[in-house]
Amino acid sequence: MALLDITDLNVSFQTNDGTVHAVNDVNLSVKPGETLGMVGESGSGKSQFSFAIMGLLARNGRATGSVRFDGQEILNAPLKTLNRIRAEKIAMIFQDPMTSLNPYMRVSDQMAEVLTLHKGMSKRDAVTESIRMLDAVHIPDARGRVRLYPHEFSGGMRQRVMIAMALLCRPQLLIADEPTTALDVTVQAQIMTLLAELQRDLGMAMILITHDLGVVASSCKQVAVMYGGRIRETGPVGPLFASPAHPYTQGLLHAIPRIDHDGDELAVIPGAPPNMTCPPAGCAFEPRCPYAREECANSRPVLEPFAEARSRACFVPLDDVLQYRLPRTPAPQHVTQGGQA
Amino acid sequence: MTRPLLNVRDLRVTFHLRGEGDWPWTPPRNLHAVSGVDFSLNPGETLGIVGESGCGKSTLARALIGLVPAEGQAEWIDGKNLIGLSPGKMMKYRNDIQMIFQDPLASLNPRMTVGQIIAEPLITHNPRLKRPEVKERVKAIMEKVGLLSNQINRYPHEFSGGQCQRIGIARALIVEPKLIICDEPVSALDVSIQAQVINLLIRLQKEFGLALIFIAHDLSVVKYISDRVLVLYLGKVMETAATAELYSAPLHPYTQALLSAVPIPDPSHDMAASIVPLAGDLPSPFAPPSGCVFRTRCPRATGKCATETPVPFGDSHRTACHFPGPLTEEEIAVARRVETA
Repeated sequence: MALLDITDLNVSFQTNDGTVHAVNDVNLSVKPGETLGMVGESGSGKSQFSFAIMGLLARNGRATGSVRFDGQEILNAPLKTLNRIRAEKIAMIFQDPMTSLNPYMRVSDQMAEVLTLHKGMSKRDAVTESIRMLDAVHIPDARGRVRLYPHEFSGGMRQRVMIAMALLCRPQLLIADEPTTALDVTVQAQIMTLLAELQRDLGMAMILITHDLGVVASSCKQVAVMYGGRIRETGPVGPLFASPAHPYTQGLLHAIPRIDHDGDELAVIPGAPPNMTCPPAGCAFEPRCPYAREECANSRPVLEPFAEARSRACFVPLDDVLQYRLPRTPAPQHVTQGGQA
Repeated sequence: MTRPLLNVRDLRVTFHLRGEGDWPWTPPRNLHAVSGVDFSLNPGETLGIVGESGCGKSTLARALIGLVPAEGQAEWIDGKNLIGLSPGKMMKYRNDIQMIFQDPLASLNPRMTVGQIIAEPLITHNPRLKRPEVKERVKAIMEKVGLLSNQINRYPHEFSGGQCQRIGIARALIVEPKLIICDEPVSALDVSIQAQVINLLIRLQKEFGLALIFIAHDLSVVKYISDRVLVLYLGKVMETAATAELYSAPLHPYTQALLSAVPIPDPSHDMAASIVPLAGDLPSPFAPPSGCVFRTRCPRATGKCATETPVPFGDSHRTACHFPGPLTEEEIAVARRVETA
């Protein structure tokens, strides 16, 4: 049985410029112990998706659909229910560890607060448990450092503190929103190794939200690719990277310089991501898609399964996408359109 | 042999800072942000500079154009040492050396139109130019970088991040420089936009015969764009070599660790099996380790490394290490044990 079941999740925001549909018709499930990678560019809705699950949407945000955690509906659940689930069952870590830790509180106080609130522990026990958790995330001299303030730690160490804090109540699901984007590669490698290790030890599931395909390839089993607020393609990481079935996934994989290949010219995705206040009527990727055809501009493709555990949302026949080689784009800015496929 | 465009010898940047907890009357401490950097750059060539945050990449770039005071030699093609030139004398060279910055929006004045922003350096360096001609040249350069010339009267906030970076590139190009220093030009951009900007830079470089100094923390991007690469650690050059050679046969243990930590977008690549973990964090630049600055995290460090500072040696492939060469299985195993301890 799935640990987290998301059906028809929609997130919209009322703004002065009109309604922004940040997340549309997302269906996903995460099994216990599994890692799901959520890939997308800025503005693709991947962060709002995670905020909606945690009930952290901004005040003008509205989420509809259903999010069931362990069989229990948690979308738009009352605060009391949510507070029991957050931290205890589902925890979250954020991109910037400096702005998500309280700069005025000692690490010991911030961490102990979680345990006294959720587990009713005494302060002394809570601090002891916090030290144990800081040890588990490999912070050297945890006992001596627990009384420090966040600014006294380096970026990588702060992210370790965040992880330790998130794991204090042994959650079953960890949502990591760009956990390593602000860090150097060497530190990123340390943090990703640590997350994998903790996940194995605690048997916890993880949703890893990132724009870095390299990180996804090395740490996730399942991948969902988001663009313009919708999932474009999902599947196991191996087949998805080997034969991407959506033009966007394909474009993305060709657009990154590779350290393991001696590359030719980067195949550029022309144009820019859609403006979500006035999304295109059809497929949001249509203006940038080298395969786009007439129907793409008028109607929206839905996510349909096409192979073992894989689905995609695209009108272009699968064979065309798989055979086609990406064109050299003449000049950037010019939007390639037309039925080359 | 052609004369190098820029020949840098023993470049040093020292900041005089007051440490934490110092009294007002204690003398400031010296922070050697960049020490003893040597390199030379030929016309039309691209030099990549990589390293973790805080290693002095940006300071090095700023020192070259006189934005921070430096010591040492930076000989321009005409034989003049750029370091320590008075602002008036530097003016002539600023025309030849331009810079592109990391945050595309923050580096553009929000109250100036795109036309004014791009024209400013041209007017500064050629005060006698007539207005219609300035406008003509601004429009021409906008077309070159993939902006529409009818957008000349718009303000920076009306553009996306990728387009703002194009404006920054146009501003640098309009005075027809010989060298552009790019300080993390693509790290704030989305993957699909990043490829557009990289390809644009390469195309313009070929067209104008530009030399580039390309600073980035993303090693894959640097590999793609650079002819030669310089690896910095705590303000010192660890290794410098032709790109292909540095990436395929790195000699310095730090370079090897750095390269092994780059995530590869290929699920079949086993990161855990190839990574050389670096234990701990970057040492404080106030108190760098004696001898070789990397020795505290190096799996190969011996007593000699603590007492003798390694001097870069080699011809085109230079490395500053007493014991260069590929790390053995045993050394990698040692590094892993240290990291998890």
